[in-house]
Amino acid sequence: MSEVKYSKEHEWIKLEGDVATIGITKHATEMLGDIVFAELPEKGSNVEKDGTAGVVESTKAASDVYTPVSGEVVDTNQEIVDDPSKINQDPENSAWFFKLKIKDKSEMESLMNKDDYDKFAKETTT
Amino acid sequence: METKKTSLYKLHQDCNAKFVEFAGYQMPIQYAEGIVEEHKFTRNHSGIFDVSHMGQLFIYGGDELIKDLEKIFPLDLKNLKLNHSKYSFLMDKDAGIQDDLIITKINEGFLIILNAACKDNDLRILKELLNEKYEMVLDENRSLIAIQGPKSSQILNEVVVGVKDLNFMSGDWFSFENQKVYITRSGYTGEDGFEISISNDFADKLTRKLINKGSKLVGLGARDTLRLEAGLCLYGHDLDKDKTPVEANLKWAISKERISKGDFIGSDIIIKQLNDGVTKIRVGIKPEGRIIAREKTKIFNQSDVHIGEITSGTFGPSVNGPVAMGYVENQFSKKDTKVFLEVRGKKHAASICSLPFYKKSYVKGAN
Repeated sequence: MSEVKYSKEHEWIKLEGDVATIGITKHATEMLGDIVFAELPEKGSNVEKDGTAGVVESTKAASDVYTPVSGEVVDTNQEIVDDPSKINQDPENSAWFFKLKIKDKSEMESLMNKDDYDKFAKETTT
Repeated sequence: METKKTSLYKLHQDCNAKFVEFAGYQMPIQYAEGIVEEHKFTRNHSGIFDVSHMGQLFIYGGDELIKDLEKIFPLDLKNLKLNHSKYSFLMDKDAGIQDDLIITKINEGFLIILNAACKDNDLRILKELLNEKYEMVLDENRSLIAIQGPKSSQILNEVVVGVKDLNFMSGDWFSFENQKVYITRSGYTGEDGFEISISNDFADKLTRKLINKGSKLVGLGARDTLRLEAGLCLYGHDLDKDKTPVEANLKWAISKERISKGDFIGSDIIIKQLNDGVTKIRVGIKPEGRIIAREKTKIFNQSDVHIGEITSGTFGPSVNGPVAMGYVENQFSKKDTKVFLEVRGKKHAASICSLPFYKKSYVKGAN
């Protein structure tokens, strides 16, 4: 069974084999408001843990999207680029951002599980 | 200094507003439905905006006041009819814009609506210029509520009978719960609408009635996307002390009759710029694709020379794409000129376009 983990930058990551699917959390979308623009990393590029790997913009401001683990970008979700409002509608499922072939599974260990993340998200907003 | 709250603060809370501090006030940036929905609801139905943070300056006086105000504002005030409004500016001697404003002739003098962040400084400047000769009240006891969008006339008329007969850019005194309210047909969204000046004690009650009739509260976030689609300037961004009304492409707001005499503050520079042209000018900018170019984004020409800067940029929900305005060197200001915008280190194609991005639907009587 694949477990979903969460980062302090409000990304979720789901690992299946050595491919990780990454997106932003529902909590992140609620903080951002209506998302009207998304930029994703290039397929084939390499991204480093905690480095920027995309941008989302609401009507108000732009925010970087970080990658919680390192790896090679093997797929990106063009649907959210064409219609960024999908990110608000289904952030933790169909509106994933990119898939990585990860280098080092141990990078997953420092990430939070759902309960810890929910607690963290609650604390950071109040 | 403690942040101020408007008389609708409780109502904003009841409607799940997210607050931001703006010009010293706790103001709603958005409500539960979010900026895009609020924006579209205003375009299609009716949105209510709490703009009580703006200054409502009443200046009382007769013919002498008119003469004195004409030394300050580039308007033909002696021919401004009772209850008619004009858009104008408070300028310094170099024609730099200190504030943009709406001035309305009322029975006893004038009502001037000022930007929240500028109002205290405006009052100080005006007191000095008018030598404290006239009674001036920056009225903190009145709220200012705007209702905007195609259904607003019908909705407001159910609560305040008679408003539907007002012409665009004119106003009058009406009655709500035996209170005198001053209502003008005006706004900042590119839609038909009204601005209601009402005693703080009755603002909440009036607004709740408008909500019951089908209007909805809309925050400052959507106010910004609406005004930008309508091509309207925001002070502190598109207008400031380093820009003149001619550079801001707002010469339509300067009275031709007054220019011929040239006896108002900043008139030397205005006349010179009207005759000789300007080096930079405000234009609409439409990015290609979906890239959003925000304030301070650098603009380049096709030879990669820096030619200007974006002053406002966002995503326009009704246009369904990015919209922006900014200042470019005059020779690159022609419609359809190709330019490039530097966003996050990359240059993105855009073109100069005419304003507004979204066509106005003001009512009859526009002047």
